[in-house]
Amino acid sequence: MDIILSGFSQAFALILHRDPALFGIIFLSLKVSGLALVIATVLGLPVGAILGLKRFPGRDLVISTVNTLMGLPPVVVGLFVYLILSRKGALGFLGLLYSPSAMIIAQSILAIPIVTALCHSAIVNVDPLIRQASRTLGATPGQETLAIIHEARYGIISAIVAAFGRVMAEVGAILIVGGNIAGYTRVMTTTIALETDKGNFELALALGIILLLLSFLVNAALHTIQKKGMVPVQ
Amino acid sequence: MKLAVSNITKIYSDKTILNDCSYVFDKTGAYVLMGPNGCGKSTFLRICALLEPQDRGEIAYFDNSTERVQDIALKRRLTLVLPRTGVFNTTVFKNVAYGLTIRGFDHTAMNNKVKDALDFVGLGAKAGQHARTLSSGETQRLGIARALAIEPEVLFLDEPTASIDEENTGIIESIIDTMKKEGRTTIIMTTHDRDQANRIGDIQLFMKQGIIENRG
Repeated sequence: MDIILSGFSQAFALILHRDPALFGIIFLSLKVSGLALVIATVLGLPVGAILGLKRFPGRDLVISTVNTLMGLPPVVVGLFVYLILSRKGALGFLGLLYSPSAMIIAQSILAIPIVTALCHSAIVNVDPLIRQASRTLGATPGQETLAIIHEARYGIISAIVAAFGRVMAEVGAILIVGGNIAGYTRVMTTTIALETDKGNFELALALGIILLLLSFLVNAALHTIQKKGMVPVQ
Repeated sequence: MKLAVSNITKIYSDKTILNDCSYVFDKTGAYVLMGPNGCGKSTFLRICALLEPQDRGEIAYFDNSTERVQDIALKRRLTLVLPRTGVFNTTVFKNVAYGLTIRGFDHTAMNNKVKDALDFVGLGAKAGQHARTLSSGETQRLGIARALAIEPEVLFLDEPTASIDEENTGIIESIIDTMKKEGRTTIIMTTHDRDQANRIGDIQLFMKQGIIENRG
């Protein structure tokens, strides 16, 4: 209990002192997760939309596969990215191993199936009457598609929130491909793992609290946007 | 605009819905199409509104005597109001603005047209309200306002009063009546209500086994 309490007080002390090393770690966490999220959205949303809007042979198989990949074990992804980026790997010549780029790649791989599957689910659940409404009002096929995606916008935000939660909390994959190098690839979760190993429970806990606070802030902001989409209760 | 339907046939999984159906709509005012459930009224409207292809036969729209190409420009001169309105998850105003937005109207013109359409159906005071909080009668009027905002030359109404109360039915009938008096639009609607057909139909048509009979 003492450790938990002093973890809290140390968390506030760290924030108040604006420790540059700590802020570097926080900033890198947000940068890696943020960019991974952008990549996952840019790739996952169109795929989710195609799965939701088009019928083609093998579609069910793709949907089941994407749903399965939502549960990808991070360490397996880390290992896979490690092998590809290591000197003997297919992309070894890029020299990306143990860099923030490698971490972004690994996190993108984890986030893409989540964004894809949840966007698909949001789009497929849009009332078919919406498509008919936009068509009867003179929409081109492209405008029809946009109307449906627009209708699914709050579900799409939920997909991105879920993926953000996954990548911010992730440690296995980025530890393997980033190497947890101080000042370069060290992020909040890898620091927590390291400090726990070293027995610095208070610092680890303090970082954990800050991580939770950050997640809370991002989620609260996104929830505010989502709330705008809910039908007010009369 | 004149609409000529010639020998339309539509078959859904071996069931013939429309069977060599022909009719020429060449007047403004209200055509009312009646007939038993499943006789093909809704399919007929969807095909006429160019929302669904026919299996055989021809749909032709004419300006004076020039036949129009069936492109998006022609489709935007027609609209169909469905029995159930697909309400966009946003305000009443934005629902009505949709058809104008996709046509690239500027802000001022759009605002005026939306306001006019909402006033016309008696929803002017609810412009800022979330559209999904409207009652079913109001929702049906929203569907009509959305159609009116784009000023269609041919307006198809598929059972516009089938699932709403008497008061809203009265409001919708008076909307149709006003449109008839303005005389710019050809209205083609279906109904099960014979009295309603008598009240608002300039021309009453009866559909039976996939073909149209004129009742005069």
